[in-house]
Amino acid sequence: MMAFEIASMIELASFVGAGLCIGLGAIGAALGEGYTAGLANEALSNRPEKSGEILKNMLVGQAVAESAAIFALVIAILLIFLESPTESILTASALLGAGLCMGFGAIGSGIGSGYPGGEACLGIARQPSVTSRLTTNMLIGSAVCQTPAIFSMVVALMLMFMDFGSLPVSPTWAAFLGAGLSTGLAAIGSGLGGGFAAGASCGGIARNPDTFGQVTTTMLIGQAVSQTPAIFGLLISFVLMFKAFPEYSGLSVPMALLGAGICMGFGGIGPGIGNGLTAQNAVKWVARNVDATGDLTRTMLVGQAVSQSTAIYAMVVSLVLIFVV
Amino acid sequence: MAIEGVDLIKAAAFLGAGLAMGLGAIGPGVGEGFVGGKACEAIGRKPEEAGLLTRTMLVGQAVSESTGIYSLVVALLLLFVV
Repeated sequence: MMAFEIASMIELASFVGAGLCIGLGAIGAALGEGYTAGLANEALSNRPEKSGEILKNMLVGQAVAESAAIFALVIAILLIFLESPTESILTASALLGAGLCMGFGAIGSGIGSGYPGGEACLGIARQPSVTSRLTTNMLIGSAVCQTPAIFSMVVALMLMFMDFGSLPVSPTWAAFLGAGLSTGLAAIGSGLGGGFAAGASCGGIARNPDTFGQVTTTMLIGQAVSQTPAIFGLLISFVLMFKAFPEYSGLSVPMALLGAGICMGFGGIGPGIGNGLTAQNAVKWVARNVDATGDLTRTMLVGQAVSQSTAIYAMVVSLVLIFVV
Repeated sequence: MAIEGVDLIKAAAFLGAGLAMGLGAIGPGVGEGFVGGKACEAIGRKPEEAGLLTRTMLVGQAVSESTGIYSLVVALLLLFVV
């Protein structure tokens, strides 16, 4: 092996991690805010006399979407200026893992939060009398969209500040990288999925304001199910961070732990998006046909449960990689 | 580090199992969610056909699930057989 000074390796990891963190983390918020602004322009052309309300709502919606990128910025700045307390090669992998976690984790929430913002602007142009309801619903929906980004920030901060004690370098380095990837990647799907449901609910309330209660409830149930893959990702991250692995000098155990994180991370993306697509149409049609709310909620939950199955397979494979092989 | 042939092959199999199940889960998750969404749309339009639509949704999702199960099988083969 090449001889690197440990201090330089830690600096290398924190700078690369910081770059990836804000680089990846800025993607989502920019896309989401652009979508919001686009629909706000469409809304303005539909009803120019409500420009004040629409502009205000656009800015509030964009501010929520922006928060995902701000989380990434905070973590990136901390990574650049943090003085690492322990001089260990484990610190390097933990800092790189933290950067990857927050970078990937901000993508879904940023894009997702853009949908309710844009749909609420269009809704204000359609039904100016329910402006405050639309803004409230937008804020509830986009707050739930931010949860996966907050999970990622929690895991990133834990990786940066936790005390490794005398954990063995191998295989713990791979466990830390896997922990970052698991929550970060799994957050992409849940953030997007939550956004689909929230966008449809703002559209639905504007179409039929009397269904406000049913639409918001269905949105929250749908979003809660969409969050499950991110929670699975968080669970695998916690196991990887807090289980003490015995020292192993070969490569197979580290690759099993890294594989576990990658498996749950990627495995959470599809089900998160899929659950959101199901919730989107269920919420949309609750607003159009409120008498069928029961049937729609039931079908939504059955459909989401099936869509969830691949996330559960991914979690099973991850747990086997961690505990069995 | 002592990296021997058997250990290296195991390392590749474990990483491969993670990639197989992780990436393999993306498509079925999105596809099944799309089916669920369209079933909700159809039930919203015609609530009286809810039974038929739910059945069709489940059959469609089961077919869409198959590639996820292939990934699971390959991952388990990599974990326990190779």
